[in-house]
Amino acid sequence: MNHIPVLIPMVLLLGSMFAVFGRRSQENYLPFLIALGAMGLSAVFSIIGMVYSVTEGPIHYHLGGWQPPMGIELILDPLAAFFCLMITLVATVVLLHGEERVRIEVGDRIPAYYSSALMLVGGLTGIVLTGDLFNLYVFLEISSLASYALLATGRKPAAVSAFRYLILGTIGASLYLLGIGFLFMEVGSLNMSELAVMIPEVPVTAGLSAAAVLIVIGIGLKMALFPLHGWLPDAYTFASSPATTLVAPIGTKVAAYVLIRVFLFLFALDFMKEGIHLTTIVGWMGAAGVIWGSVMAITQRDMKRMLAYSSVAQVGYIALGIGLANPLGLIGAVLHAFAHCFMKACLFMVQTNFLHRLGHYDISRLDHRTRVAMPWTCAALVVASLSMIGLPPTIGFFSKWYLVLGCVEEGAWIFLAVLLLSTLLNAVYFFRVLEKVYLRSDGKAYDEGDIEADQATPSCEVGARMLYPTLVLAGSLLVLGFANAWIVAHFLQPMFPVW
Amino acid sequence: MSAYETYFSTVPFLAMIVSAVAVPLIVAFGRKPNLREAVTLIAAVIKFILVLTLLPDALAGRAAEWVLFEIAEGIDFSLRADPFGVFFALIASGLWILTSCYSIGYMRGHAEKKQTRYFASFALSLSATIGIAFSANLLTFIVFYELLTLATYPLVVHSESKKAIAAGRQYLAYALSAGLLMVAGMAWVYMATGTLEFTPGGILEEGMVSASGMKFLFILFLIGVGVKSGIMPLHSWLPNAMVAPTPVSALLHAVAVVKSGAFGIVRVVGFVFGPEVMATYGLNIILAVASGATIILASLIALQQTNLKRRLAYSTVGHLSYIALGASLLTTEGFIGGMMHISTHATMKITLFFCAGAIFVHTHKSDIRELDGIGRAMPWTLGAFTIGSLGLVGLPPVNGFISKWFLVSGSIEAQMWPLVVVLLLSGLLNAAYFFPIVYRAFFREGEKRADGRSVWEGVGEASPWMVVPLTLTGAMSVFFCFFPDIPFRFFTIATRVTQDIMGGGLPL
Amino acid sequence: MPEWLEYVHDRYAYWAIVFLMIIGLYGMLFKNNLHKKVVGMIIFQNSMILLFVTAAFKWDATVPVRDAEIDVNVVGNYLNPLPHTLMLTAIVVGVAIVGVAFALLIKIYDNYGTIEEDELLEKLQSPAPEDDDSEDSFPSKGGSV
Repeated sequence: MNHIPVLIPMVLLLGSMFAVFGRRSQENYLPFLIALGAMGLSAVFSIIGMVYSVTEGPIHYHLGGWQPPMGIELILDPLAAFFCLMITLVATVVLLHGEERVRIEVGDRIPAYYSSALMLVGGLTGIVLTGDLFNLYVFLEISSLASYALLATGRKPAAVSAFRYLILGTIGASLYLLGIGFLFMEVGSLNMSELAVMIPEVPVTAGLSAAAVLIVIGIGLKMALFPLHGWLPDAYTFASSPATTLVAPIGTKVAAYVLIRVFLFLFALDFMKEGIHLTTIVGWMGAAGVIWGSVMAITQRDMKRMLAYSSVAQVGYIALGIGLANPLGLIGAVLHAFAHCFMKACLFMVQTNFLHRLGHYDISRLDHRTRVAMPWTCAALVVASLSMIGLPPTIGFFSKWYLVLGCVEEGAWIFLAVLLLSTLLNAVYFFRVLEKVYLRSDGKAYDEGDIEADQATPSCEVGARMLYPTLVLAGSLLVLGFANAWIVAHFLQPMFPVW
Repeated sequence: MSAYETYFSTVPFLAMIVSAVAVPLIVAFGRKPNLREAVTLIAAVIKFILVLTLLPDALAGRAAEWVLFEIAEGIDFSLRADPFGVFFALIASGLWILTSCYSIGYMRGHAEKKQTRYFASFALSLSATIGIAFSANLLTFIVFYELLTLATYPLVVHSESKKAIAAGRQYLAYALSAGLLMVAGMAWVYMATGTLEFTPGGILEEGMVSASGMKFLFILFLIGVGVKSGIMPLHSWLPNAMVAPTPVSALLHAVAVVKSGAFGIVRVVGFVFGPEVMATYGLNIILAVASGATIILASLIALQQTNLKRRLAYSTVGHLSYIALGASLLTTEGFIGGMMHISTHATMKITLFFCAGAIFVHTHKSDIRELDGIGRAMPWTLGAFTIGSLGLVGLPPVNGFISKWFLVSGSIEAQMWPLVVVLLLSGLLNAAYFFPIVYRAFFREGEKRADGRSVWEGVGEASPWMVVPLTLTGAMSVFFCFFPDIPFRFFTIATRVTQDIMGGGLPL
Repeated sequence: MPEWLEYVHDRYAYWAIVFLMIIGLYGMLFKNNLHKKVVGMIIFQNSMILLFVTAAFKWDATVPVRDAEIDVNVVGNYLNPLPHTLMLTAIVVGVAIVGVAFALLIKIYDNYGTIEEDELLEKLQSPAPEDDDSEDSFPSKGGSV
């Protein structure tokens, strides 16, 4: 039982090593099976760990038996367990969904693809679990490496955009490393729980502030926090659809999770809030990102690019919640990270389904026959869109609700206005798609021939292996919406005890 | 938190869910119209009966309640059938039965497309409406409120013409913005009071929010619920939404959607802010000015409309503000008048819309100037229309008289003389825009065809699916004037709710 | 020696590192050739590594290998081993990233025949014709997808 924290990432990383071997062929199913098995196993471990940490308290695992501060510590607390579960579950579903597309878009590089996918997820779970800042850097780079590789698959420009991502991502990681270097010089430890005790006791120096700022910039680059988001839209747009579907939902969210931990557990919140106003700055960056991302999303014709810009906006929500720096805002931020993970995965799946059956995902070329041809995919699109807009009873509404509560408590009226305005902007760009898919755009009223025309449009819904994952995620948005109070009470509130 | 004695019961939930359950059935039977419409009718009847069973307890001051689960930290998702909720649910579900019959006639008579989507959305809207009626707190309320917006969107864009799509966009933009402002207001109330339960007499107390903050908060809510109830200048989606098929206009744009806005206003005034806070901070003046202005302006605009449905739409805008005006008086009679107007306007306006729809489907006429002499061809339809018009003007023997009587005496009691003038003037304006229609229909000769015969010759009544419901609602309007308390005890409930809100000691 | 000069002098190693860092950043952000960007990246990463190693340095201390002659309990006798071990890992990470960067460079060169950024941008802005240009993407009944 006590080995759970190490098993979660280790299974994935080991799987990554094995998956890379094997024939380079489209017909090689072994890497897929290995990946699926590893992810499933890891998800099971996450569930066990979650149950255990909720009932028995957090597990502190010391790698190799070395005690901190020398050894590396993994901490599985309810929030970490919850995030691990989210990452592995979504990744498993995405993997199932993408299998067919991977064979089409990635071709014979299947072993490398699945190996990278496992490495990505392994790295991300490692980030979530680790209790050591340097170890976090290593996991961050492991997951980044994998995502550079994954996002380079697909259309021709993908390599260029992935290269740009690599350069910016490396700058971010290096700045993060610089930050923890400063921290190490000032405080003398890199273990998170030790630091949390020690930082309030050391005098506030320029070095400490610099450390905080550098860490935030470094992580901000990884999570595509406005205005550090430049790499994201191209990288997501040009990559192959299954890769985007895998990277987009979980990649930036985990970076956001790191930011929350850094703010909350590492540096005293008061220091960040009053000392160097870093939370306020992050909040404003988030707010600007929300508006910018939404406006840019409205102007896109390409559905994938629209979703990418919407990711920038959604990361902005999370940053905004962090910027509020009160328990409600943080709960909202974590819940939104969680919600966004599911809905973005679902939306990218819908986009992949369109690509799979229609051969394109150009919004202006979708029309009302899509509804007839792909009824279930369209239904999933509706649910996910409603959640993105933030309408009840989906999870998207409730994460926003906590953010709104946080704004009101803080008296942050401008942030509140940003939240409300962005909801409308979200509605604009999602209803634009829904209108295209569901309603006639030629402005003609229905006439006699239309029913026959509808019936003549052949159903070209995607196969079960792509359809069910999409529907499962869409359904989960509703289930999570109803279960949000339970999630908040069991996983989030214990972490933010200042209720 | 509630002032009512509550007991556990699943009935409010069942009443809410029954039409939502019908949705998959309606979709499944999409290719078998008879079965599909049978499902609709059965769901409607079950729903009405379920709501009806809640009535006795509500009258006795006991509210059936089911707390389903905690929907957000510290807030339950719960349905409670308090008297006011039952009052609204009765009206909506009762009229749904009639509208369903009417819809069948209308949709078939008009050979509409996508009827399955139509009936499914309709059933879902009704679920949302009953959910709104039975919501025990603001968060539950907003969940259903937004659901109602979404469920009615397909109905507004039903014809998928450019005009309909534009109207749909406008509707969404208005309704979603309103919902958002309400979410913001709700968050504010929650932070100030720590609860969102609807409580007779209000949950806000003096000093919880600063004076200017209180005004701002009230305006947030006023916009939030005001959009659906068409308070000017937030009304303009409503006339444009008239591109929807007429049964939609009838039930949703005269009863369910707009009334849930008006219902929301009374909820906000009586159960969130409470009369005391309203009076202390002068919030009722804001409401009174907004609604008074709306009544007059809407009536004036209605006068200029030549499309029958648009004229009815502006008339609806005006009449919804009667309800808001009643709430803004903060007197017993005012509240009773406002609440009674929810029920009376419902029966009268639905009659008028039914008539407009019957005329349109049967003769394809929608312009008032084309209706000369139609009364002789369709006597039942136009007879019902006349009754509805009389009621909206406020004349006996139609039930509009009762609510107006209470509103006027309430304003006198509150000594708000300008409002008395507003009410009387609007009665005249109502007469000015309704009576010409009646006059044209009955006392003018119809156009002549080339062969000298009237265009109406050979034109009879529309299908009985349509004529029977509209005759019934017309008859109900008259009946409720003489017996407002039989059989649904509307008057008793309204009095009871008012007492709860005012905290007064009048015994039943 | 004036005070400011002393400040600079006392930290001369750090100034060198900052200088390296700036060179690296400049290369990454402003060089036109993608290969030079990678070189800048390597310099940048290594400056971080140097920073850690420098931070671990102590005068009159020896390498952190246990020596019977030297008392391990006196902190000043040995360099701090932790940053060194950390940087070993960081070097590995850095090498891996450079490897991926080169792989991407090769792919870019294969795709576009150039690794000059301005030429690439030109080619990206006038993209090759779309893979799928048919107006009507719905398969006809019975047709294959």
